[in-house]
Amino acid sequence: MFDLILTQTLNGLASASSLFLVASGLSIIFGVTRIVNFAHGSLYMLGAYIGWTLVTWLGPTSGLGFWGGVGLAALLVAIIGVVIEVAILRRIYQAPELFQLLATFGVVLMIQDIALATWGAEDKLGPRAPGFKSFVILFDNRFPTYELLLIAIGPLVLALLWFLFQKTRWGTLVRAATQDREMVAALGVNQRLLFTSVFAFGAGLAGLGGALQLPREAATLHMDLSMISEAFVVVVVGGLGSVTGAYLAAVLIGILHAFGILIFPKITLVLVFLVMAVVLVVKPYGLMGRRPVGAARGTATAEPLLRPADRAAKLAGLVALILLAAAPLVTPDYLLLTLTELVIFALFAASLHFMMGPGGMASFGHAAYFGLGAYGAALAVKWLGAPMEPALIFAPFLAGIAGVVFGWFCVRLSGVYLAMLTLAFAQIAWATAFQWVELTGGDNGILGVWPSHWAVSKTAFYYLALAICAACVVLLRVMVFSPLGYALRAARDNPLRTEAIGIDTMRVQWVAFTIAAFAAGIAGALFAFFKGSVFPTYMAIPRSVDALLMVLLGGVQTVSGPIVGAFAYAGLSEQLMKMTMYWRFTLGLSIVLLVVLFPRGLVGGFLALRERRDRSDKDGAVVTRLATEGAP
Amino acid sequence: MLAAPSLVRAQGAGSIKIGEINSYTAQPAFLKPYRQGWELALEQVNAGGGVLGRKIETIFRDDAGKPEDAVRHAGDLINAEKVDLLSGGFLSNVGLALTDFALQNKRLYAASEPLSDALVWAKGNRYTFRLRPSTYMQAAMLVEEAAKLKARKWALVAPNYEYGQSSIKWFKELLKKARPDVEFVAEQYPALGRIDAGATVQALEASKPEAIFNVTFAVDLTNLVRQGNTRGLFEGRDVVSMLTGEPEYLDPLGAETPTGWIVTGYPHADLATPEHVKFRDAYKAKYNDYPRLGSVVGFDTMNSIAAALAKAGTTDNEKLIDAMEGLKFPSAFGSAEYRAIDHQSTLGAFVGKTALKDGKGVMVDWRYADGAKYLPSDDVVKTMRPAG
Repeated sequence: MFDLILTQTLNGLASASSLFLVASGLSIIFGVTRIVNFAHGSLYMLGAYIGWTLVTWLGPTSGLGFWGGVGLAALLVAIIGVVIEVAILRRIYQAPELFQLLATFGVVLMIQDIALATWGAEDKLGPRAPGFKSFVILFDNRFPTYELLLIAIGPLVLALLWFLFQKTRWGTLVRAATQDREMVAALGVNQRLLFTSVFAFGAGLAGLGGALQLPREAATLHMDLSMISEAFVVVVVGGLGSVTGAYLAAVLIGILHAFGILIFPKITLVLVFLVMAVVLVVKPYGLMGRRPVGAARGTATAEPLLRPADRAAKLAGLVALILLAAAPLVTPDYLLLTLTELVIFALFAASLHFMMGPGGMASFGHAAYFGLGAYGAALAVKWLGAPMEPALIFAPFLAGIAGVVFGWFCVRLSGVYLAMLTLAFAQIAWATAFQWVELTGGDNGILGVWPSHWAVSKTAFYYLALAICAACVVLLRVMVFSPLGYALRAARDNPLRTEAIGIDTMRVQWVAFTIAAFAAGIAGALFAFFKGSVFPTYMAIPRSVDALLMVLLGGVQTVSGPIVGAFAYAGLSEQLMKMTMYWRFTLGLSIVLLVVLFPRGLVGGFLALRERRDRSDKDGAVVTRLATEGAP
Repeated sequence: MLAAPSLVRAQGAGSIKIGEINSYTAQPAFLKPYRQGWELALEQVNAGGGVLGRKIETIFRDDAGKPEDAVRHAGDLINAEKVDLLSGGFLSNVGLALTDFALQNKRLYAASEPLSDALVWAKGNRYTFRLRPSTYMQAAMLVEEAAKLKARKWALVAPNYEYGQSSIKWFKELLKKARPDVEFVAEQYPALGRIDAGATVQALEASKPEAIFNVTFAVDLTNLVRQGNTRGLFEGRDVVSMLTGEPEYLDPLGAETPTGWIVTGYPHADLATPEHVKFRDAYKAKYNDYPRLGSVVGFDTMNSIAAALAKAGTTDNEKLIDAMEGLKFPSAFGSAEYRAIDHQSTLGAFVGKTALKDGKGVMVDWRYADGAKYLPSDDVVKTMRPAG
């Protein structure tokens, strides 16, 4: 027993090392540039693939060939990092917070297709490392020497990073920028160079992490997404911007994995997220993180004031609604299917926007409530034998109750920490649906969730979806301009002043969180009856990301943005999926282009244009902006 | 016979359309060869004049591994593209979503790859047929071999999703029936595609089993094998393994391929039956590559649909289904049949042992296990299939 414990500890430490390399790069990039780099897993994957190519080419049997190949791969990935930073990210640093995430997600999609086209579909198992091909006997077990090497590499890199950050001018600047970016800029530091070099450095670490995996794991096309979620967890558990924290967290996660499979072999999927949830609830800024100093000032441009729709906007909304309502009369039947889906997604996006825009609470796990709504409907049908109508009413309450519970924890945090806690809860909900086979059917889902007889026809169901979704979207909009909405925006813009005038900000945010969850649940329930079946994928990470993309693409700080974003994103991806097998590359490229062209989102861009026109017309008579300045 | 020409006219002289939905971008290792095999069969059928005097046309759609996207494509295909029938599916949940869609819309769905037993049994329906040998069938083929081994203490490892869990369930149930003296000392369920191989190997090793039953495949298998080889997990132990002999999963192992594992798979280089040689030569000529198992599945699915159309003499789905029940169709592995009782085809798999040849993994001592012999009795099937 004792030998097993020791060996599993070593196993945990070995897997912690590459996790640490990737996570530390991610953490440094976030610390300095405030970019949530979704493409970091893709850089890790590129490191593995490029490493495989180089090592095979240079000769895997010679030490120079192998280690030279690994080093060169890290260097090449760093250069790719420079290209991404200079070509895309540099243009959008001024965009609202999290907007860059959209661009990096576009990069993820593009790299997936590029990797498939370059290296083909077959997994690439790398050669064993020269000098570390065999094993030693430890505690009566054979233990690979390469794993021992990896165990050593982790602390070694940590020490190097420490030296770099404490003893070099560049490192000092990085630390300074992590603490207070504006101050560093004000002191005349070349930000461009700093940002580019930091991004390249982080990318290089990810590439190194990928290349070092070669002797123990095959390079595959799925390693990008499986790494990124875990790297996020490590960064957040460790504390954003803290490299030592990242190492501690990586070790924690690695060891938990190794022991988790001994005790609960079936919950490996969710274990890391459970741990993250616990850590964030107990230590809101991670193990080694500190309450951010400069971040309170806000890193994005001042957010435009939301105004109730003027006559033109109201008219536009009405026209859009009439067009949608008239659609079944003119469009062929099959287009209605697409429209139904878009209408449901519009509500889903609007519900996320309600907490993210006016509420300032970005969620990385909004699919949880969408999925719970869908499962609520399906479970009501399957276990209670309910017809569609009561199931539709029951379903959102399941999502709403989850919103009450999860929200209570989430509103205690802010920014990326809050977002990651929502992700953790979403993963827990997902794992429950996945694992609780008796109730939910596991990954085989629940089938036969079809609408009542009167709503079976495409037209009838479309009208049902349109009526419910339009009503909910209008209601959400009304709430944005209700006292609750004003309190919510106040809490977002300046919590201290809001508290000072007697508003319980946490309670306001909690209510908003619950409303958003409830609304997402309605969308999910409709989606379940629309598709006729429910699966855990409804609340998996990609669906949360979809919602986030729709809101960001439309524009976070506009009320109609999420609806436009939903139609643009879902419509675009659907059409591209039909048109080309390389839809991921095309979609990714479109996202990147849209992001660079409309750094405030589609509607945000349109409003900015109109604002500029108004301003030149009336010579600045219209006050259109409200500074969100005002750090405590 | 006299009615035939007018029937053709009534249906229009346009092509017969098949809507083929699969996880092309999410599972390219299996599905690229699949699509190539499909297109080869399509080309051959059309070169021979098509069926019912009409050419067959396929509209391929990518579901990105998501059941909800598959359902969207299905709706779009039958409403906008007016396809005559649906086919495809790789993941079990995608297959099940399409099964239910087929029932709701009364449209034929030829499931090619999804292995889930539920597809033809618990959730089976009149509109769904499945080509591949199911989880049950492949487990039964391996149990036959496993029961002959001396080993009594078994450790099990499977990916944590339905395919893995039901493989384990059947393996345990069937092996216990054949060998009441066996016991199962450890079970590991790594997340699909995310195995922590070192720790998993250690956990299996700690239970000191005499034999191991493995269900992991693709990258999980590759990583498990590398760690297992270094740590000596497989030495002196029998290993029985699902799907490992399929070129899709065997080839990436290269020189690392463990020898002597009892596996199901496809010995593409050595199978010399006339049907297979013909198929392999045509495939090589067209793509300058050897066929994978996916190629066979694509090729056979397409051919079985063509055979059903020819037998039914119409694209009317109800008649097509009647024709497909009990339909014998040509396959690259010989002939097979869609059973009338549960719409499962009797296509089999090859059972053999892994070996190394010139630094590459191959299957040796293999035999063809005819699917018809590895299904429960009709009475049992009837109790498992409420749809009848």
